[in-house]
Amino acid sequence: MKILVCISNVPDTTTRIKLSGDQNAIDLSSVQWIINPWDELALTRALELKEASGGSISSVSIIHVGNAGSDATLRKALAIGADDAIRVDAAPTDAYAVAHEIAEAIKDKNYDMILCGIESSDYNGSAMGGMLAEFLNMESVSSVSKLEIEGDELKLNREIAGGFEVVSATAPVVVIVQKGIALEPRIPSMRGIMMARKKPLEVVAATGAEALTEFVHYTPPQPKAACKMIDADNPAELVNLLHNEAKII
Amino acid sequence: MNIELTDDQKMIRQAVRDFAEREIAPLAQQLDEKAEFSPELTRKMGELGLFGMYLPEKYGGQNMDTLAYIIAVEEIARIDGSQAATLAAHNSLGIGPIYYYGTEEQKQKYLPRLCTGEALWGFGLTEPEAGSDSRGTKTNAIPDGDYWIINGSKIFITNGSADISIGSSVQTVTKTLDDGRKEYTTFIVEKGTPGFKRVTMHGKMMWRASDTAELYFDDCRIPKENLLGKVGEGSKIMLSTLDNGRLSIAAMGLGAAQGAFELAMKYAQERRQFGKPISKFQINAFKLADMATKIEHARWFLYRACWLKDNQQPFGKEGAMAKLYCSEVAREVADEAVQIHGGYGLMKDYPIERIYRDQRLLQIGEGTSEIQRLVISRHLGL
Ligand SMILES: Cc1cc2nc3c(=O)[nH]c(=O)nc-3n(C[C@H](O)[C@H](O)[C@H](O)COP(=O)(O)OP(=O)(O)OC[C@H]3O[C@@H](n4cnc5c(N)ncnc54)[C@H](O)[C@@H]3O)c2cc1C
Ligand SMILES: Cc1cc2nc3c(=O)[nH]c(=O)nc-3n(C[C@H](O)[C@H](O)[C@H](O)COP(=O)(O)OP(=O)(O)OC[C@H]3O[C@@H](n4cnc5c(N)ncnc54)[C@H](O)[C@@H]3O)c2cc1C
Repeated sequence: MKILVCISNVPDTTTRIKLSGDQNAIDLSSVQWIINPWDELALTRALELKEASGGSISSVSIIHVGNAGSDATLRKALAIGADDAIRVDAAPTDAYAVAHEIAEAIKDKNYDMILCGIESSDYNGSAMGGMLAEFLNMESVSSVSKLEIEGDELKLNREIAGGFEVVSATAPVVVIVQKGIALEPRIPSMRGIMMARKKPLEVVAATGAEALTEFVHYTPPQPKAACKMIDADNPAELVNLLHNEAKII
Repeated sequence: MNIELTDDQKMIRQAVRDFAEREIAPLAQQLDEKAEFSPELTRKMGELGLFGMYLPEKYGGQNMDTLAYIIAVEEIARIDGSQAATLAAHNSLGIGPIYYYGTEEQKQKYLPRLCTGEALWGFGLTEPEAGSDSRGTKTNAIPDGDYWIINGSKIFITNGSADISIGSSVQTVTKTLDDGRKEYTTFIVEKGTPGFKRVTMHGKMMWRASDTAELYFDDCRIPKENLLGKVGEGSKIMLSTLDNGRLSIAAMGLGAAQGAFELAMKYAQERRQFGKPISKFQINAFKLADMATKIEHARWFLYRACWLKDNQQPFGKEGAMAKLYCSEVAREVADEAVQIHGGYGLMKDYPIERIYRDQRLLQIGEGTSEIQRLVISRHLGL
């Protein structure tokens, strides 16, 4: 069995997002990039499965659509333990374009299981995995929080309102994962970091898939209003502020 | 001139930081309080690959440069001085002499195990009467056929007595020459050798979760293959090891300062007095500005000393300067960080209390601040 994990390169979750002057792009100048947290968990689970498989899982590969600026993120995924990487050399413009590029890049590679995150932590589209499955004419299962392999069968737990359901599937399949799929993302070891340098990172040309959507405008969230402290034995002041300033009573 | 870390060095920093926060931070206070050495954390540091980072792969190392190793020590020290001590002492003082001066056979025999985190090694230089002045060494070795017989004692030996500590390198006097000068020779002494006793030292104010030992040699017979380097080379071996060790003590100072600074930053923004966060009082904001400035100076000076070593240039003077400066910065920053914490900074529930104690060793161990100034002034030709 060959596993492929789709990796999205996203701003570190602690980054303060700034918008460009005209509010239709994000200012990326001082952004720290990381592996999308769900994708890091997916990769961790894929490696756990490979290690426990006694050789029946032969490789865990990663793929990414993006430009050379993403290579450090891909090297980290290789350091964590992926065997090889493919980067489709194109700026990702929307989920459709990304799914199209990935489908074209891997259509002859016969991956048995493709793992995607449930969403990217930057644009939160939650769209790529499903589209990819359609392009590849593969089944897909979404919201998977537990993934086991029993013989030829995959046992998947899906989160549903108020509980979870267990579904079974057979390869080839696209599995769209969420939190819980692995306990914690794996930390790359020093040996892994050194080995990552020598692992293959293949850059393939994009087919030029067009985006179907276009960003028009962003609105940043309202900054949190400052908190006003009122003395506990001054309820009159509280009422006054709620009435005259906040105008909610 | 390129003063940017490489992608690999950044990845190493992030990996070690994640490890320290995930594995060490939850245990640090408890281990400190109980003064308990943790073989488990040592093994985990080994699994991550933190032992033998600068050694070739054939000895179980990672083939990385000095700077990568120093960044790793810095990141562990940012969270906990005790674990950083185990790490820095084992790499620089434990593994160092065997790697730089051992025979091929000795390297094959010891290094692969010492790189796993399953086994540690001590550096036996200091004695009750030979601290800053290592030429005061009294421990002696006399040849006896295919053996050497060692008598004497060592004190304050990091990683010297834990169960997983499998031996120490020991400086001895092998001869007193006619003019009164002594000949120093270093030997490998394995745990379990008859006549070799190890006693764990208790009651430390700092590095309480690190192993510190007294070593006693009572007609301790070791085979002559256990000679490290050549007869008469002992002092050179030990002192050049300390040159390397200084960089890692400096890294511990830098990491402790960084950790203390981050705690102070957070606390100053959260703690409110007189109706506002205490960081809004300019005296505190300026303290934090000074801390940040000193830390950046310390960091880039230390990295430059590592760069010199990695580029096979002399780094003795810069190493001593880095050790002196980083350890003094650690003290200043930890002290002001406690001040910013007010009374809470003196309580064990606050990690700053532990950093404040742990940093105090850094101006004393592996050559006191006074001895660093002596080394630097000699480099200046004084
Ligand atoms: C520099 C930059 C510029 C961008 N500019 C635009 C833009 O102009 N317009 C626009 O619409 N979007 C833009 N994006 C967003 C980018 O298109 C999305 O990351 C991508 O389209 C996925 O969309 P999504 O949020 O729907 O992903 P989701 O569907 O939420 O992602 C789910 C999963 O799909 C996989 N995945 C997502 N993205 C990739 C990828 N690139 N390569 C491999 N696997 C992936 C991952 O497994 C992820 O967990 C930009 C992103 C970057 C980094
Ligand atoms: C926790 C811990 C771990 C240690 N680990 C190790 C280890 O693994 N291996 C090892 O061999 N040693 C180790 N040491 C020993 C350490 O290196 C010595 O404590 C240190 O070198 C100082 O020696 P001393 O304590 O005998 O102090 P002394 O040398 O007695 O110094 C006392 C004071 O006199 C000053 N002084 C001495 N000489 C001069 C001078 N010429 N000019 C000006 N001032 C001077 C010193 O600076 C100091 O302030 C460790 C110590 C501790 C506390």
